[in-house]
Amino acid sequence: MTEHAKISLNNVCKSFGRKHVLNNLTLDVKAGESVVVIGGSGTGKSVMLKCILGLLTPESGEIYIDGKQIVGLPASEREASLRKTGMLFQYAALFDSLPVWENVAFGLIQAHGMKRSDARDVAIEKLALVGLGPDMANRNPSELSIGMQKRVGLARAIATNPEIIFFDEPTTGLDPIMGDVIDNLIRDCTRHLGASTLTISHDMESAQKIADRIALIYKGEVVWVGPADEIEHCGNPYVEQFVRGDIKGPIELDILKP
Amino acid sequence: MEWNFLAKIGRVTLNFMRAVGHLTMFTGHSVRHVFLPPFFLRLFLKQLMSIGYYSLPVVGMTALFTGMVLALQIYVGSSRFNAESAVATIVVIGLTRELAPVLSGLMVAGRVGAAIAAEIGTMRVTEQIDALVTLSTNPYKYLVAPRILAGMITLPALVLIADIIGVSGGFLVATESLGFNASSYMKNTFDFLETRDVVSGLIKASVFGFIVSLMGCYHGFNSTGGAQGVGRATTNAVVSSFILILISDYFLTVLLLD
Repeated sequence: MTEHAKISLNNVCKSFGRKHVLNNLTLDVKAGESVVVIGGSGTGKSVMLKCILGLLTPESGEIYIDGKQIVGLPASEREASLRKTGMLFQYAALFDSLPVWENVAFGLIQAHGMKRSDARDVAIEKLALVGLGPDMANRNPSELSIGMQKRVGLARAIATNPEIIFFDEPTTGLDPIMGDVIDNLIRDCTRHLGASTLTISHDMESAQKIADRIALIYKGEVVWVGPADEIEHCGNPYVEQFVRGDIKGPIELDILKP
Repeated sequence: MEWNFLAKIGRVTLNFMRAVGHLTMFTGHSVRHVFLPPFFLRLFLKQLMSIGYYSLPVVGMTALFTGMVLALQIYVGSSRFNAESAVATIVVIGLTRELAPVLSGLMVAGRVGAAIAAEIGTMRVTEQIDALVTLSTNPYKYLVAPRILAGMITLPALVLIADIIGVSGGFLVATESLGFNASSYMKNTFDFLETRDVVSGLIKASVFGFIVSLMGCYHGFNSTGGAQGVGRATTNAVVSSFILILISDYFLTVLLLD
């Protein structure tokens, strides 16, 4: 584990049946750093995130959050370590049985024991940070556009002022303008909080905008990691192929050739 | 050919054992969280309304017409050996010990079990359950425990109401169409009714309430594969509830016979 790493994955392996999804994956995110993990579909990005969050258990390897090994931790201890994290899901994953403000305040009420009236005030404050007015607070998530849902998801992710925030494909399914809005919000919110962030994405433009460092995953292992501004001239054939979006190169695609 | 057949039997047996093990683990986790704090009182009250109050019309209608039909059919049978006076007693015992708990259980399984499986299944496939985990909230405690507790409490209450409505239905038919004297019908109803007749029905109802909620939660929790998976979970929840209610009814009847 690298010193001062906020998140550290060491030789993490995860398989589903005979399919090896993560192969000795190693990656660090330092305090206050924004790391974006890029890679094609099915390369193990989401599985990596689920392993960090404890939604999946890796077969081998170690995962540290703030220096604490979280693989195999009992549920109560894992819940405690998740209290310092926030997560924005790909499709926001808002609770459709709750109004917007309660979605945002959920972590404050349930995990931090804040009074509902106080939590509502914080929720409205966080909604304002992502550009949504107080009139949105009582709306149902199903009444919102996907862009608005993502902004509510972002407000929920930052509501508890977490030290670590995870973003799962934050710009997927959004038009370029809304994608840019979300990127800017992510950058502003995380700078404002001083949080460490780990984002998974296949949107190169978005990755370069929000990342300090970028890592490329291929077949469940990190094949390149480096500063965001070096990605276009790094000389790594995998990265070059991915950045160019070229079908020819070392990255093999699981599609049948005509 | 023979080996293929043996392999098939082996595979089916292994899958069955795996499913039983999985369900046992799920039941253990769920029951544990019913008794361990924190308790979600607001959610519990919401489930009391959803499972209990909103099931009243369907359970009431079922009980009313069952009581009416029972009076007619028993009258036809008992008049063959001049035992018409037994109609009131058989109606009340048949309803309280057997028909009210079983039919209410089946009706609630169709209405509530399906709704629970669909709601939790949708939460699973839209990552809302994962979101709960990332917000340091145990989904067993938040989703499963309140539903199981509410199911176990509300079904006996519904059955008690069904007993009253069903007996009233029998009374109505007996006095209005079959020419029974109202006061002697009521006397026959209560003279031979024992507390244990009612209590055994309520115990059965509590077990059926547990089964309905558990099956709804279990199949919803483990649903995969989008809308089709949620549909499958809903069907499985209802079918497995029906089967388990009928099987457990036999064993509970044997247990509670004396």
